[in-house]
Amino acid sequence: MSEDYYDSNTSYKAQSSETISSGSGSVSDIDYVKPKEVPDQELYHGHSFITKYIFCQDAKVIGVQYTLTAVFTGIIGLILSWMMRMQLGFPELFPVLTSETYYQFVTMHGMIMVVYLLTALFLGGFGNYLIPLMVGARDMVFPYVNMVSYWMFFVAVLVLMASFFVPGGPTGAGWTLYPPQTLLEGTPGSGIGIMLMLISLALFVIGFTMGGLNYVITILQARTRGMTLMRMPLTVWGIFTATILALLAFPALFVGAIMMSLDKLLGTSFFMPTIIQAGEMLEYGGGSPILFQHLFWFFGHPEVYIVALPAFGIVSDLISVHARKNIFGYRMMVWAIVAIGAISFFVWAHHMYVSGMSPWFGFFFATTTLIIAIPTAMKVYNWVLTLWKGNIRMNVVMLFCLGFLITFVNGGITGLFLGNVAVDVPLSDTYFVIAHFHMVMGIAPVLVILGAIYHWFPLVTGRFLDEKLGKWHFWITFLGSYSIYFPMHYLGFIGVPRRYFEMYDSPYMTSAVGMNQFISLAAFIVGAAQFIFLFNIIKSLKIGKLADKNPWKANSLEWYTPNVPPVHGNWGDKLPVVHRWPYDYNVPGAKEDFIPQTTPPSEVKDTGVEKT
Amino acid sequence: MHPGFIFLAVVIGSVVFHLVTPWWWTDIASNWGGMDDTILLTFWIAGGVFILVCLFIVYCVFKFSYKEGRKAEYKPEDNKLEKILTWATALGVAALLAPGLVVWSQFIKTPSNAINVEVMAWQWGWQYRLPGEDGKLGTTQVTNISDENLFGINLDDPYGKDDILIQSSELHIKKDKPVKILLRSVDVLHNFYVPQFRAKMDSVPGVVTYYWFEPNKIGEYEVLCAEYCGVGHYGMRGTVFVDNEQNYKNWLNEQETFSDVMAKFEQIKLDVNKKLAKK
Repeated sequence: MSEDYYDSNTSYKAQSSETISSGSGSVSDIDYVKPKEVPDQELYHGHSFITKYIFCQDAKVIGVQYTLTAVFTGIIGLILSWMMRMQLGFPELFPVLTSETYYQFVTMHGMIMVVYLLTALFLGGFGNYLIPLMVGARDMVFPYVNMVSYWMFFVAVLVLMASFFVPGGPTGAGWTLYPPQTLLEGTPGSGIGIMLMLISLALFVIGFTMGGLNYVITILQARTRGMTLMRMPLTVWGIFTATILALLAFPALFVGAIMMSLDKLLGTSFFMPTIIQAGEMLEYGGGSPILFQHLFWFFGHPEVYIVALPAFGIVSDLISVHARKNIFGYRMMVWAIVAIGAISFFVWAHHMYVSGMSPWFGFFFATTTLIIAIPTAMKVYNWVLTLWKGNIRMNVVMLFCLGFLITFVNGGITGLFLGNVAVDVPLSDTYFVIAHFHMVMGIAPVLVILGAIYHWFPLVTGRFLDEKLGKWHFWITFLGSYSIYFPMHYLGFIGVPRRYFEMYDSPYMTSAVGMNQFISLAAFIVGAAQFIFLFNIIKSLKIGKLADKNPWKANSLEWYTPNVPPVHGNWGDKLPVVHRWPYDYNVPGAKEDFIPQTTPPSEVKDTGVEKT
Repeated sequence: MHPGFIFLAVVIGSVVFHLVTPWWWTDIASNWGGMDDTILLTFWIAGGVFILVCLFIVYCVFKFSYKEGRKAEYKPEDNKLEKILTWATALGVAALLAPGLVVWSQFIKTPSNAINVEVMAWQWGWQYRLPGEDGKLGTTQVTNISDENLFGINLDDPYGKDDILIQSSELHIKKDKPVKILLRSVDVLHNFYVPQFRAKMDSVPGVVTYYWFEPNKIGEYEVLCAEYCGVGHYGMRGTVFVDNEQNYKNWLNEQETFSDVMAKFEQIKLDVNKKLAKK
């Protein structure tokens, strides 16, 4: 990566000396940027309501569509978690919930939150909205395919939701869908429910692939003049790397889903050994349940980073803008994102230490897993070092960033427990695991999403979200979710197993009853606080404070469109030209405390700009 | 109130909670103290990093809160600092990993004097098989499984005849004698887990998985299924008794061997045939 950076610098200089010899007059030569190599993109402009807002090819509208759909499924996931917490905290108050429905809710909650909320929101939502704007493109390179991508996702969500209404209900196999469990009758929804789940996932993967190719190709091919890879905002780096991970990881899930469907429908035995259920020998034989686990986690672990890397990128930009300071160690940050992405394909079996796979794998996967902690820790250091000697605005966006840091560090260090194979043995399949992954890939990314929405809401709508409601929203969400998951680690120490419908007859677990009630109460409150947020959005859309252009005084391109909110085509007649990285805040000697990416060097000659 | 105070309270609250928590691991009853020690070591190293990073954040929040006109520092990179941090982290990670891998290498190597105990899991319960006088378990095959032969023991395997079958969820083991748990399942994934022994492993239909431990405290322990296995998962419990030599022998003598069970079934068949003949 560092070579790339230097290359771009030297070629920059070589080009400029050429222009001196050819004597190009009007532009001062230090401002020279290579001319465009491809003609401007022609876009299809919608004219009717349907082509502008429904079957729309504008990446920004598609981004909003993705966001709204993902948030809608997320609210369902949230309500499901309330039901589960009701059962775990107050089983006697909520006798309607049976163990069948409980396990169905567990399954749907997990799948919705990981795939249909977080993945769709980060890549489909933020990716679509921000990539073209941040790299200075007019739109995604394949706008039509991009539109189809959203509608595939929409159908995937419909199919998933339909499973609530079919006979037998949705699958209750756990979000990991482990066979043989998934296909057998001891599991709710083992008939139509699981098929709908597999179809929905397949549709999601197909839709995502369309979107994902768009994101990658747009970033590689459609960057504007001067936007070298090493001048891209970290948001784009995060989404870019995550998309590549997803393009490589989702096929494993896709293949797993197809093989499982064949086991279900045609009676093949990819994952099904000889099984005797309720005294009856089933017709399967010779398959391997562990094979599915490998396929699932070969997708599932990169999936964690598919969610985390965009969050890493976005939070870097938010922290830098609101601490009024350059992101510390940009090249290290890029390197770390890429390294995490690459290593994430070699750690999947740390989810399977006690799965019965060859125990020798434990050595390899424990080592790779702990190695991935190093680039991750570097990112944390660089975030907090960005705060150091900054000029930190303590607004809602920054609060969400700080909340993210604390939550993420907490969730990250518990990963050191679970990744270390021998330590994982007593802790796996307990509440410690639940606490760990909710902290690190539930709450932490969600805090980034919320912060990002407060940050970019003025760009999308031209109005601010209410700051006061935002502060309430932040503190309830952060403190509430911390008090849900922090004590939960300790229940895991006792040995309280996960995925238990009820458990309190065990002697050493009775001490957990009170804590479980407390956790449930906190979960109800945190969930309710999200409705404050929804209210804030609706209210601010109508009567929110009007935002000026670039209200946060940020440097990156998305704030420099001629129209705010940006219109279709983003840039009016002329594409922007980029002269520097997006992190020139408080440069010594500069008039203002920020230098936009579009400012040519001749305008800031007397400043101490170190990096372009 | 300055938000820094609340973040500080979160850090202090976490530490205090850790110190006074009544929720801690159960008293260990096996040889896997190494796992507990590695967890404690991880607590010290990782917990220390957590506290330092959080306090650093809190300090920055207090010290560098926005003031109109103040200049933030402009320093894109600091190679030396980044290098130091990378190596320090690598060192910390290595310090966690090394003891973890040592414990793991002990975990996967069963001592030669361990008693084999087969744990057979089904939806939703446990049963067990112990080797008989010959000290060896008979070979098995899933397709042999029937009402008479719940473990699917191969009838022509001489080692199988004297295997002790425990068709109950209660298992007894001997104190200070290593046990190798051989896990089988007839239907779905399960996991034989006793929190006090720390160890666990999934049982997978179609293969035999294993783990070992040495019980070192006499008592009665609850078995939990730790791998989701369907709607009855949470009720899939069992009991393990760790006995002294004498009690263990007494218990063992009361159990039936595979031959006993087969003979019983033969007898029942004869009785039924006789009855039919009389009619």
